[in-house]
Amino acid sequence: MDNSKRYDRLLDRYKNGDLDRRSFLGLIGAAGLAYGVSTPFAKNALSAVKEVRFDGWGGVVSEALRKHAFDPFTKETGVKVVDGTFGSGDEYISRVKASQTGEYNIAHLSGVFDYARYHELGLTSTLNEKNIPNLKNVIPKLVDVFREVTDGTLSCVPFDYGTTGIAYNRKHISDDEMKEKGAKILLDERLKGKIGGWSDWRTRIWYASLQTGQDPNNATDMDAVWEAIRTHRDLLLKYWGSGAELMSLLAEEEIYVTEAWSGRVFALQEQGHDIGYMDPPNGFGWQECLFVLKGSPMEESEQLLNFMLSKEASVAVAEGQNYPPALDPAKVDLGKKIPTLPAFDPTGTLSGLTFANSDYWNGNQQAWSKQFGRIQKGY
Amino acid sequence: MTLEKREARRPWLLLSPALTTIFFLLVVPVIFVVVYSFWLRTASGADQPGFYLTNWAEVLTDSFYRDILFHTLKIATITTVLCAILGYPAAYFIARSRRNKAMLLMCLMLPFWISYIIRTMSWINILGVSGALNSLLLASGIISEPLQLLYNETTVILGLIHFLLPFMILNIYVSVEGIDETLEDAACSLGSTRWQSFLEVTLPLSLPGLAAGGLLCFVLGAGTYITPLILGGPTDAMFANLVFEAIITQLDWPLGSALSLVLVAVLGALILIYNRFFGMSQLMKGLS
Repeated sequence: MDNSKRYDRLLDRYKNGDLDRRSFLGLIGAAGLAYGVSTPFAKNALSAVKEVRFDGWGGVVSEALRKHAFDPFTKETGVKVVDGTFGSGDEYISRVKASQTGEYNIAHLSGVFDYARYHELGLTSTLNEKNIPNLKNVIPKLVDVFREVTDGTLSCVPFDYGTTGIAYNRKHISDDEMKEKGAKILLDERLKGKIGGWSDWRTRIWYASLQTGQDPNNATDMDAVWEAIRTHRDLLLKYWGSGAELMSLLAEEEIYVTEAWSGRVFALQEQGHDIGYMDPPNGFGWQECLFVLKGSPMEESEQLLNFMLSKEASVAVAEGQNYPPALDPAKVDLGKKIPTLPAFDPTGTLSGLTFANSDYWNGNQQAWSKQFGRIQKGY
Repeated sequence: MTLEKREARRPWLLLSPALTTIFFLLVVPVIFVVVYSFWLRTASGADQPGFYLTNWAEVLTDSFYRDILFHTLKIATITTVLCAILGYPAAYFIARSRRNKAMLLMCLMLPFWISYIIRTMSWINILGVSGALNSLLLASGIISEPLQLLYNETTVILGLIHFLLPFMILNIYVSVEGIDETLEDAACSLGSTRWQSFLEVTLPLSLPGLAAGGLLCFVLGAGTYITPLILGGPTDAMFANLVFEAIITQLDWPLGSALSLVLVAVLGALILIYNRFFGMSQLMKGLS
């Protein structure tokens, strides 16, 4: 809150009779004294709160956030949102680890597993939920999983959800073939050299679990999983590393099939590309949150989070980035486009989506990310 | 203080800003990296300070790292040789051209005005399935189906040549430019052909420039990770990609530090060998 707002509130209280003249003048005088004796350093520190840094996934997602959330928020509050991008959650956590406290503020993180990692590293903050009244409109299931990690408190608010399903070029792969083969289409010899894959170890292991008939949240035969990853690698043209690269590979027809993010595929479909999208049984569901790092300006961050969870901002961003918002469709009218987005759940229960179990994935992160790194390079 | 002492101190005083900068921006970070390499990564991703040889044991004994290192050195060698073959005629032509030398040098510098990543990505528009080359071949009826030209070792080498060739040309150019042209004329007047005078006079005298360019190309090529990331296939990773993955993907900074020090040691050894035979002054000449 800036000084003029504080003054306005004080003046309102005085005019309403909540504050007597002596107290009002006393407070104004004290504020003036405090302002007069404050050092230039203090001024700098206070002015820094005029800016909040936000990091996200780039591409259409960043465009939507800038247009529908950050710019209107800055216009309304005067707090500037500096937005940066990252290619993966791993990359971002590495940057945060190398930074000073307060350098990074809010991130558009994916998955509860990342939230848990930040908590384990002591990087979570505690949100004052009173400052985020729009949180009450969020699907409860999405909020509860975060509360479990941070002992009932929140360091983030859920913002959207989606799936990592399979995108396929309909010129070369029919819908019927996709239904028949499901996740195993990514191991089809016929498509050798035309298959893509995300270079994310979790996604690779998730899909290898599906391909070997195992529970993606509890694979028991890891040898079979690694073998399926090797088979996929040998049929692969390229591991992609960002949403932009994924879209380019599919649009340019360098690859015909890959696992892909639902919103990015919808964007391609909107552009007129004949790309199909399918969530196989037990496909990879995820939710994204707006995570506030420890050391961030909390009041301004909470203000931004609340703004982003408003129906107007949330729906506009969702329509721009093509991922359903975390708002509960039972409580909020989400308009016409959102119900058409892939992964959208009209019931708000999300019972049809399988999310990653954070204990399972984080418990194996160290060993599996390393092992996948080796297999990825031909071992 | 005597005049002699003051004179002796003067070079150090003049050097002190540069030495201080180098100390804090190069020596201190390297010390940090060395210290880090003996730490461990905990399961949560946090670092565990201490003196552990685990990372070094893994890096030095695991054949995975050795194989990738050899692969990297192979790619860097091929790239350097190709840069030398392609760069020498171009550098010679620029150095010996009577007109437009400034413009030719300007053309050589032009690529540096564009981001290295953008330059690398431009190959996707040239060699991609719907890129310029395939479109041309399809339109001219030479092929009926687009060729899969991208995402293999060849495109990685191509991308590296694109990146490194100007460094090679500039170094050779500096060397050839410094050779007195009358020496070639003298060789010809003594009965040698133009080709012989080039082989016997110009080439040997320009070898330091060729070596300097070679060293730069090799070191820069061996240390890159962007090119294989953008233009390589699943098995075209280079050693710097391992460092990137250890630091970024696996959040294993101690292992990443050990890996980066191995690369520094290998490339440092190469620079020492170069210095033994040619001296570093030639390298500075090429860079200036």
